[in-house]
Amino acid sequence: MKNLNLLDQLIYYFSHNGLYVLNQFNRTFLIAIYGVIFAAVIGIPIGIWTAKYRKLSPIVIGIANVIQTVPSLAMLSIIMLGLGLGVNTVIMTVFLYALLPIIKNTYTGMVNVDPDVLDSGKGMGMTTFQLLYLVELPLSLSVIMAGIRNALVLGIGITAIGSFVGAGGLGDIIIRGSNATNGGAIILAGALPTALMAIISDAVLAFFEKKFDPSKKKATK
Amino acid sequence: MLLKMEHLSKVYPGKKEVLSDFNLDVNKGEFICLIGTSGSGKTTVMRMINRMLNQTEGSILINDEDISKMDPVKLRRKIGYVIQNVGLMPHMTIRENITLVPKLLKWSEDKRNERAKEMLKLVEMPEEMLDRYPSELSGGQQQRIGVVRALAADQDIILMDEPFGALDPITRDSLQTLVKDLQVRLNKTFIFVTHDMDEALRLATRIVIMSHGKQVQTDSPDNILRHPANEFVKELIGKDRLIQARPSITTVGQIMLKDPVAITPGKSLIQAIQLMHDRRVDSLLVTDDAGILKGRIDVESVDYSFNTATSVGDIMDTDVFTVDSDSLIRDTVGRILKRGFKNIPVVDDNHKLVGIVTRAALVDIVYDALYGEAHAEQNHPSTGTSDSKKVGDDE
Repeated sequence: MKNLNLLDQLIYYFSHNGLYVLNQFNRTFLIAIYGVIFAAVIGIPIGIWTAKYRKLSPIVIGIANVIQTVPSLAMLSIIMLGLGLGVNTVIMTVFLYALLPIIKNTYTGMVNVDPDVLDSGKGMGMTTFQLLYLVELPLSLSVIMAGIRNALVLGIGITAIGSFVGAGGLGDIIIRGSNATNGGAIILAGALPTALMAIISDAVLAFFEKKFDPSKKKATK
Repeated sequence: MLLKMEHLSKVYPGKKEVLSDFNLDVNKGEFICLIGTSGSGKTTVMRMINRMLNQTEGSILINDEDISKMDPVKLRRKIGYVIQNVGLMPHMTIRENITLVPKLLKWSEDKRNERAKEMLKLVEMPEEMLDRYPSELSGGQQQRIGVVRALAADQDIILMDEPFGALDPITRDSLQTLVKDLQVRLNKTFIFVTHDMDEALRLATRIVIMSHGKQVQTDSPDNILRHPANEFVKELIGKDRLIQARPSITTVGQIMLKDPVAITPGKSLIQAIQLMHDRRVDSLLVTDDAGILKGRIDVESVDYSFNTATSVGDIMDTDVFTVDSDSLIRDTVGRILKRGFKNIPVVDDNHKLVGIVTRAALVDIVYDALYGEAHAEQNHPSTGTSDSKKVGDDE
């Protein structure tokens, strides 16, 4: 092993532990996704709600901002006190961090819907609910999507750290590498897939974000 | 009565009254223009009709039904709504935009497609537009869609809030033509808010002039031009427009000479010729004792038959071209000029002689229409030639 250079070592590691890396990859991904999905389920309605009652927005976004300012390792430790070691703590942390971008973007998206479009929608006889799901949500979808994209990239980063509280995932490999002597290749074996995951999810969500952008709508022929 | 608005007022808490005691009855097929400066309450009135705003006091009845007791959502689906900035849904195709209200009313998809095509034909746009998105259309095309969107569910009342304010003059012109045509053809009732007097005069069957929340004048365009209620209305119409409008709204009665030289049929020719001599005229109108016009005589016929006839009645020409004192100059001036008469007797409904229009009076009208009061300010020497050319063009 010692004779091999870093790249060869990395390839060697992947060829022997490929399945393990893939498992950890999935685990990391799922933890991040769960956290973000929960955050979206809670955060989007909160965002819509704050957009309807704009006076509340400084309070709600302020709270989400405070959560964001707590360093992630500290947050993990604090939540660990309540939920103990394991996956749930990490999902909870991802959830909390994902709230801010999702709430903020939902709020921004909703507030920025052209008031003329809302006026004409209401004037043509849409109910509040129809206005929301036929007009406001479709028109703010791309901004909301940008929030989710931010949240997911953030979440993947936090999940990697989450290995400290025993959640497993690619972070495990990185920690193992940093503990080993000359563990550079192992660190890379964990870090590269993590980075790749973040980049790919960012690109995929960016694609959807563009697709949902109403101002770029064109007839497809 | 399709739409009845009674004693409407609107007060925002802590602010002054934005609308006070507004009354208007609208019949089916009318085109009402609400016009006024900003802050006059014209948009407020319009938005109350589909309950986008609620009045502080007063009531609005549509077909004798109080709209405050109706479900606002259902009410709005029955009233077309067009706003200045179009407000097409950018994420929906033109087809979906046009059939938005039918969709809310749960029409079947076939029926909606049918209607979308029909509506597009109405505004003379090609069918392939249906699958485009609003951002691919020009501003004028977008507002055309905005207009038909308001008609797609057979709404009887269409509300329009300065719909053409943001368009260039040529596009605006074609859209005005379109809307007027639709109103006449489909017999819809329009409530149209504007601050453009030309637009109001062109489109409206009745104009409501508003200022600071009050109704200043409500009348037909012709009557408003003819009798502006006060200085504000005159100001709003503009001096130029008032002067230009004069030939089109002036009646014959307003420009005629009120003391035509008349004689009764029983008088002798001697008396007739004396009267001509005294009044320095070459012809006389013949009326009976009640002032009813019977005919006319002129100096040539007196001269010709001086030895054979004795009374005016014997030689008078009974086939006299007359105009009604209530008829508009614009309708009669062409006839008068074409026939080449020196003067035309003016009669009232009972054929009673009330005055006479001379060619000189017509000259005054044409002169006023062309330069009006502005002429006094134009002391530039070069205008003389161009002015005289203008007169020539007009005749």
